[in-house]
Amino acid sequence: MKPVGFDYYRPQALSEAVALLADKGDEAAILAGGMTLGPMLNLRVARPRSVIDISRIQALKTISVSNNVVITGAGLTQSEALRSDLIAREVPLLAMALPWVGHFQTRNRGTLGGSVAHADPSAEIPLALVACGGTVVLQSRRGGRRIAAKEFFVGALMTQRRPDEIVTALEWPRTRPDAGHAFTEIAQRHGDFAIAAAACSLRLTKSDRVEHLSVGVGGVEDRPIAIDVSGFRGQAAGDIPANLSAHAASSVTPMEDRSASADYRTALTKVLVERAVNAALDMARLQRNRL
Amino acid sequence: MTIVHRAAGERFTLEVTLNGQRRSGQAEPRMLLCDFLRHELQAFGVHVGCEHGVCGACTILVDGIAVRSCTQYAAQADGTDIVTVEGLAQPGALNEVQRAFAKHHALQCGFCTPGILCSVTHFLRETPEPDEQRVREMLSGHICRCTGYASIVAAILEAAATMSKGA
Repeated sequence: MKPVGFDYYRPQALSEAVALLADKGDEAAILAGGMTLGPMLNLRVARPRSVIDISRIQALKTISVSNNVVITGAGLTQSEALRSDLIAREVPLLAMALPWVGHFQTRNRGTLGGSVAHADPSAEIPLALVACGGTVVLQSRRGGRRIAAKEFFVGALMTQRRPDEIVTALEWPRTRPDAGHAFTEIAQRHGDFAIAAAACSLRLTKSDRVEHLSVGVGGVEDRPIAIDVSGFRGQAAGDIPANLSAHAASSVTPMEDRSASADYRTALTKVLVERAVNAALDMARLQRNRL
Repeated sequence: MTIVHRAAGERFTLEVTLNGQRRSGQAEPRMLLCDFLRHELQAFGVHVGCEHGVCGACTILVDGIAVRSCTQYAAQADGTDIVTVEGLAQPGALNEVQRAFAKHHALQCGFCTPGILCSVTHFLRETPEPDEQRVREMLSGHICRCTGYASIVAAILEAAATMSKGA
C-alpha cells in the first residue's frame, strides 16, 4: 500500500532535527533507515502529519570509545556496525546479535537507533542492549538524558522516549578479555521476527565459578527482559546451564500470538537460555585459557 | 537552516543518477522510491511485490548498497546514484551472474530476479568467495516461489568462482 500524505523534512544537523521535533511533537515521526517505520507508513498503521528524515545527519553515524563504554551513533546502519572491528572486539554481544537482525538487504539500511526507538518485542538490538547493561542516549531541545536500557523499554513498541526526543546514541559497556558471550534465537526463517531469543554474557573465576553473569530474553514478553540471576553468582559453572534455564523459563510471562503459544515460548526460553549459557561458558573458558 | 522541506501533496522535481545517466522526474513526499523509478523514470526492472520490505523484489543499488526501494521514499534518494537491473550489464549482453542464472535455470517467472541480481552484485563485491551458507543467508532476504532456491544458489556460487578466477 501507499502511505497517507505527509510533510517531509530533511535536516542536516541534529540541532535542526531537535528543533523540528520540538515544533511538531507527537504529530511527527522520525525516519532513519525506514525498516520499521516504512512498513508502518505503507500499511497505514502509522499516519504522522510530518516525517523528519534524519538519515543524512552525519553526526549520528559515529562510533567512539569513552572510558568503559563504546558509543554507537543512532544512525549507524546495522551493516556498518557488523563490519566494525571495534564493535567486534569491544562489544562482542552486539556483533553476535547483528547477523540475526533482518536480512543483508534490510541491515544495509536499518539503523541501531531505529531498532531501539521502535522497540519491537522480538528485536535483537534492544535485547543485546538490555542483556549487556547498556544505555540509551536521548536529545531534545530541553537537553539530553540517558536511560538504562532495562528501564527504557516499557512494552510492545513502547519506550520512555518522549515525543520531542530523538534517540541519538547507544552506550555499550566494553567487554573484558576473559568474558564469554552468546546470542541465539528461533524464528520461522532466518531473518524473520524472532519467536524467542536469548543473550548471555559471563565471566568465570580460575576455579570455574561464575563471577559475572547476565542473561536476557527477547520475543517472549512484550519487551526484552533481563533475567534476575543474582542467585547464580558464585555457583560452579557446570551447574549453571540447567539451573539457570529452568529458572528463566519459570520467571517469564510469555506472550501468545499466531506464531507461538505461551507454552511454546516458555519451552523455547528454557532451550535458548541453556544454549546461550553453554556457548558463553565455552567462549569464557577459551578466552581464559588464552590469557 | 539547511532543512529540505516538501509539503504533503507538493509535486517537486527530483534528480538522481540512474544507471549512469542524470535523470529527473516528479515526486511527492509519500511517493515510494520504487514507484518513482517505475512511473517517472520507466525503470520497469524494479519489481514491486509486498511494499513493506519483506519480499525483496524491489531491491536496487543506492550508492552501491543493496536496499529495498519500497520502504524508502523518493524524496530521500535526492542526488543518489541508483543502479537497477537495467544497469547491471550493457543492453543486450549478460554479465557473469546473469549468464550463470540462465545456465542453471535460476529463474522461472522472473519476478524476483531483478532484486536478487542487484543483491548479488553488492554481496559478491563484499564477499567474493562465499560458501553456500553465506549465499543462503544473503538469499533469505528474497522470496522466490518458482525455483526452490537450489538453482539460484548454484548459479551464484558458479558466478563467484568464475569472477574470482578472472579477477
